[in-house]
Amino acid sequence: MTPLLQVTGITRTYGARIGCRDVSFDLYPGEVMGIVGESGSGKSTLLNCLAGHQRPDSGQVVFDTRADGPRDTVAMSEPERRMLGRTDWAFVHQHARDGLRMGVSAGGNIGERLMAVGARHYGDIRGQATDWLGRVEIDTARIDDRPAAFSGGMQQRLQIARNLVTGPRLVFMDEPTGGLDVSVQARLLDLVRGLVRQMGLSALIVTHDLAVVRLLADRLMVMKDGNVVETGLTDQVLDDPQHGYTQLLVSSVLQV
Amino acid sequence: MIVLDRVCKSFTLHNQGGTVIPVMQDASLVVAAGECVALTGVSGAGKSTLMRLIYGNYLAASGRIMVGDVDVARAAPRDILKLRRETLGYVSQFLRVVPRVPTRAVVAEPLLTLGVPEDEAFARAERLLARLNIPERLWSLSPTTFSGGEQQRVNIARGFAHDYPALLLDEPTASLDATNRDTVLNLIEAAKARGAAIVGIFHDTAARDRVCDRQVDVSAFAPRAAA
Amino acid sequence: MMRPGGDRVGDDRTEAAVTDPAYNFAYLDEQTKRMIRRAILKGLAVPGYQVPFASREMPMPYGWGTGGVQVTAATLTPDDTLKVIDQGADDTTNAVSIRKFFQKTAGVAVTERTADATVIQTRHRIPEHPLTEDQILVYQVPIPEPLRFLEPRETETRKMHALQDYGLMHVKLYEDIAQNGAIAKSYAYPVKVSGRYVMDPSPIPKFDNPKLDMPAIQLFGAGREQRIYAVPPYTPVVSLDFEDFPFDPSKADHACDLCGADTSYLDEVIVDDAGGRMFVCSDTDFCGERRDAGHRGAMSPPDAAVQA
Repeated sequence: MTPLLQVTGITRTYGARIGCRDVSFDLYPGEVMGIVGESGSGKSTLLNCLAGHQRPDSGQVVFDTRADGPRDTVAMSEPERRMLGRTDWAFVHQHARDGLRMGVSAGGNIGERLMAVGARHYGDIRGQATDWLGRVEIDTARIDDRPAAFSGGMQQRLQIARNLVTGPRLVFMDEPTGGLDVSVQARLLDLVRGLVRQMGLSALIVTHDLAVVRLLADRLMVMKDGNVVETGLTDQVLDDPQHGYTQLLVSSVLQV
Repeated sequence: MIVLDRVCKSFTLHNQGGTVIPVMQDASLVVAAGECVALTGVSGAGKSTLMRLIYGNYLAASGRIMVGDVDVARAAPRDILKLRRETLGYVSQFLRVVPRVPTRAVVAEPLLTLGVPEDEAFARAERLLARLNIPERLWSLSPTTFSGGEQQRVNIARGFAHDYPALLLDEPTASLDATNRDTVLNLIEAAKARGAAIVGIFHDTAARDRVCDRQVDVSAFAPRAAA
Repeated sequence: MMRPGGDRVGDDRTEAAVTDPAYNFAYLDEQTKRMIRRAILKGLAVPGYQVPFASREMPMPYGWGTGGVQVTAATLTPDDTLKVIDQGADDTTNAVSIRKFFQKTAGVAVTERTADATVIQTRHRIPEHPLTEDQILVYQVPIPEPLRFLEPRETETRKMHALQDYGLMHVKLYEDIAQNGAIAKSYAYPVKVSGRYVMDPSPIPKFDNPKLDMPAIQLFGAGREQRIYAVPPYTPVVSLDFEDFPFDPSKADHACDLCGADTSYLDEVIVDDAGGRMFVCSDTDFCGERRDAGHRGAMSPPDAAVQA
């Protein structure tokens, strides 16, 4: 099987400071990988480099495109990368405000990606928006409300709907449950798990919350100071951490 | 089906002066299809550690752990994930699920992951829940709020949802009443009959004697030099 | 329709103070006109693309058509006949000022008859009389960027044009339908030119949009925003819409009360303080020609009706 994403030697520095260094991994279709580490460990820099939001200093991000097979997205032209960004890729921001158009209705938010790839039938677009509101458990009667009128959890679910409506194959998530109440987090995690399974999604989830990765991620990558210090099966890394830093990270979590 | 060959395991505590704690040495074990093997030994002898090694939850230091044709000690994460989805089931003592997910879905999940259609997966989940005497009114609720015994039975239902060719059972009959205990033992016997290779930990000696073909004392795998 | 400030250019004092030979032909110096012509040619070569140009200060305020005036100045030749309209009318302050400006600085012939003009500068209308290959239509444009109210960053809108990233434009139309049951935009209705660039046709009523595909050259000038763009003759111009909410170039369901035309764009005029109103052609030349030809509307003066 061809990996959906093959990452090789991604390095990104900010002057003398290291963002992330020489990161390599493969992600296969249907796999969910968690990237954990504390603030400043380089996990967000890595995610932004992989998603094409930042240009890495060196390295390759080879994505198995539908049309042309594996292509290095770092070397792609901007239009091609943008097209990926609104078709096969999705990016869920930590703050829903960064990923939503706050001045546009919920339906318009969901419909944007469809219209960007050429959907021109209002009724169809609205039908899909309604369907997706239901799938992310938002009352479909609120389709014409603006996200500003939604709670934090609803905004985050709307952001997910907006991203998944074009049936992407790879989802980047940056602290998707950050800033949400615990009860809201659980609902979101359940939703994401269900969607990952139903749609056969692959996902990269950056978080500092080990409980989130235990429930969502098949595999785990632990980062410290821009370097990957440990990778493996999520439960193995969490229950039998091999690297000193991971041991510290795992033992630092407060038990409930 | 399950073959362990000179498996060693130690823990290195990097944050406590690099202390190395050897916990298992040269563990070897063969479990054939249709066979149920009980792990015995005093508490702390390494029964659970061995189970976790087989499941890939702990990383073996050396040796081979073959489940079918996959060496869990060496395999890439995605091969182990595939093994866990299709071949190797695990009923732990603890239920770890996403809060809020209904019991019915918790039990059906292993089947859904395999691509079994929803109605079929849920039907099977419901049959198992009924058989394990989980009241129907609880099926739509999350098991996180259930009693210990109920959680244990949900866990068992989940572990038996798919007909895994290999099964790891950690105290499957603990905290169960006589009726439910009997149901669980029937499930285990049925799994054996269809050819599953089973490794289990049973403190319940009567249960152990009923379903297990032989016993392996893990004290034999205790590290020799370090003690 | 009347702008505050009055008709300054045609003011007697101004006329007395400066004599015509003090100006270069059409006010702008030759270098500037060449610069603007290069922008126009580039605009014609890339239909719908907004070409930046070094807009000059003109002796009139922004909003009075400084972009259109500069394009007209760079386009005019001494043999041209100029017509200037504002919302279809030749006699508003804005139209009169600009017409006088070029009479004075270029000495060109002027006309109110659409068919007689070679260059027509317009604010917010396309004449009803079909234009020909021998004519140039110059639009005054306030905001050239159709994406501006959706995306405030110029760097981003330029990138969106470059990448044909126009999903957002339809989001706007979607929102209109979701909130009003129909696309509510009635003027400056966005179009796609030659299958490539999304363009703001300036604040013409959407009624005029189907006329954008025409034999004449169409030039658009935005003075304050320093942009020129163009639609060459016979270029496909498509109004954006949805399959199930097709573009509708609607007009008032009425005929002109003066000339009886039922195909022209109408202005609604309040005639008293008791709710009385009448609909008249916004294109004054078109209406006048029809009345001269004997056509009459429902509210035509009785004497005229008797004559007919």
